[in-house]
Amino acid sequence: MATDTRGLNVVGARGLSRGFGDRTVLREIDLEIARGEFVALLGRSGSGKSTLLRALAELDDNVTGSGELHVPAERAVVFQDSRLLPWTRVLDNVILGLDGKDAAERGKAALAEVGLAGREQAWPRELSGGEQQRVALARSLVREPKLLLADEPFGALDALTRIRMHVLLQDLCAKHKPAVLLVTHDVDEAVVLADRVLVLDEGVISTDLRIEVPRPRRHSDPEFIRAREVLLNALGVDIEPGATAVLEKEKKAS
Amino acid sequence: MATLEAAGVLRRFGGTGATAEGTKAPGRPRRKLGPGKQIPFGFAVGPGLLVAVWVLGSAAGAIDPETLPAPWTVLQTAGDLIADGRLQSNLLTSLHRAVIGLVLGVAIGVALALVAGLSRLGEAIIDGPVQIKRAIPTLALIPLFIVWFGIGEEMKIIVITLSVLVPVYINTHAYLRSVDSRYVELAETVRLSRTAFVRRIALPGALPGFFIGLRLAVTISWLALVVVEQVNATSGIGYLMTQARTYGQIDVIVVGLVIYGLLGLFGDVAVRAVERKALSWRQTLGD
Repeated sequence: MATDTRGLNVVGARGLSRGFGDRTVLREIDLEIARGEFVALLGRSGSGKSTLLRALAELDDNVTGSGELHVPAERAVVFQDSRLLPWTRVLDNVILGLDGKDAAERGKAALAEVGLAGREQAWPRELSGGEQQRVALARSLVREPKLLLADEPFGALDALTRIRMHVLLQDLCAKHKPAVLLVTHDVDEAVVLADRVLVLDEGVISTDLRIEVPRPRRHSDPEFIRAREVLLNALGVDIEPGATAVLEKEKKAS
Repeated sequence: MATLEAAGVLRRFGGTGATAEGTKAPGRPRRKLGPGKQIPFGFAVGPGLLVAVWVLGSAAGAIDPETLPAPWTVLQTAGDLIADGRLQSNLLTSLHRAVIGLVLGVAIGVALALVAGLSRLGEAIIDGPVQIKRAIPTLALIPLFIVWFGIGEEMKIIVITLSVLVPVYINTHAYLRSVDSRYVELAETVRLSRTAFVRRIALPGALPGFFIGLRLAVTISWLALVVVEQVNATSGIGYLMTQARTYGQIDVIVVGLVIYGLLGLFGDVAVRAVERKALSWRQTLGD
């Protein structure tokens, strides 16, 4: 096996292909994600974003595919739905599958980090959508993953909650330093959060853009606007030069 | 005339106001599609009405005492049976049989549902025989079981166990199979062990079905009990009733029926109370 042993990379994929039946979804993808790197993955609906994420999560037993893939065992997945067990209280949801005496303590600390201290004994249905997603984040981070895979984690949240979640996710990533692959269809979200943005088109990575905008990132930053234009173009959204008013409304690429 | 009408209208308005409690808007009241609030002791209302009809019918002479003795006659007979100790000892015997059969049947039913629900091979082996058992009436099995196990306690408990097992298995298995595959995926991403998966996801997910099965099972355990005790027994409520039939003591038969009815009703109430507590995480139409 021609392995990538540089040690700097958390994810190494070479010639990764995946398909459902006759339909090929991912074509010979090469992807590397460095330790602690935040990568956002954009793409239109059906471009294969989720398939790639599920491949990295090794959740694709029923899928045909080939290629070489290295992912760390210490990985966590945040789904679009919070996927909390409805019959399990919040704290036990966070520490699901963890054992050891300090699991409850770590779970409490993780809940405090996402701003939900004191809600340990609540049932999931008693929480708002944003709070449920914060519990899901706590559940991922309490495992101290080397790789955090997030599949449109904020897609179902309202705009204000989403902004708050962006701030929270940035803080948490700065602290825990996992490598992140965030699948999203929100170009602004990608530019705000990521060190690097990939655009997936027809099963291949068509764009690999490093975002150099200094943090904290502002939407008014010219670098920000430029990065967004590049990405929107890559996604096939036509923007005429100077049509920023339209651009404001064109938040979602798909 | 006019004032009377006005009063009627007012009363009618008062009536709607009381039922649509909590709606502040003066216009069309909001349509509530749920069944509404819990009625205190609601479970007793239907049976209470039946008893009321029985009391009134007997008091008015509409019910022939030769067909159905009056409630007070039945109560008196029950008192006599308690006084000479026959009711308690037979009831205890019956309860003993039903509880052992119920516990065994529920345990085996759940175990089979787990094996069949969590492995294809288990399902291939277990599901067919249970469906076959389901199609065979308990009564039809008794002659065979008498030959196999004799007419002692063993045969009675086996019949009850087998009858109880079926609804527990069917419902637990069905709910286990309908546990959302997203939770299975979650279990894989957090690397749950097989046992942890069963304990944290499969069992709680199947719990609503288990309780449906359990409610059926409690009633069925009494039904099976009646059958085995009336076919051949020397003790138990069913024996008491069979004996009474021989001597034409219709009031004793009714005492037995009432006891079966009460056991069934309270068994169901007890299971539902446990169910409400165990499923408190849910918010459903029934809450």
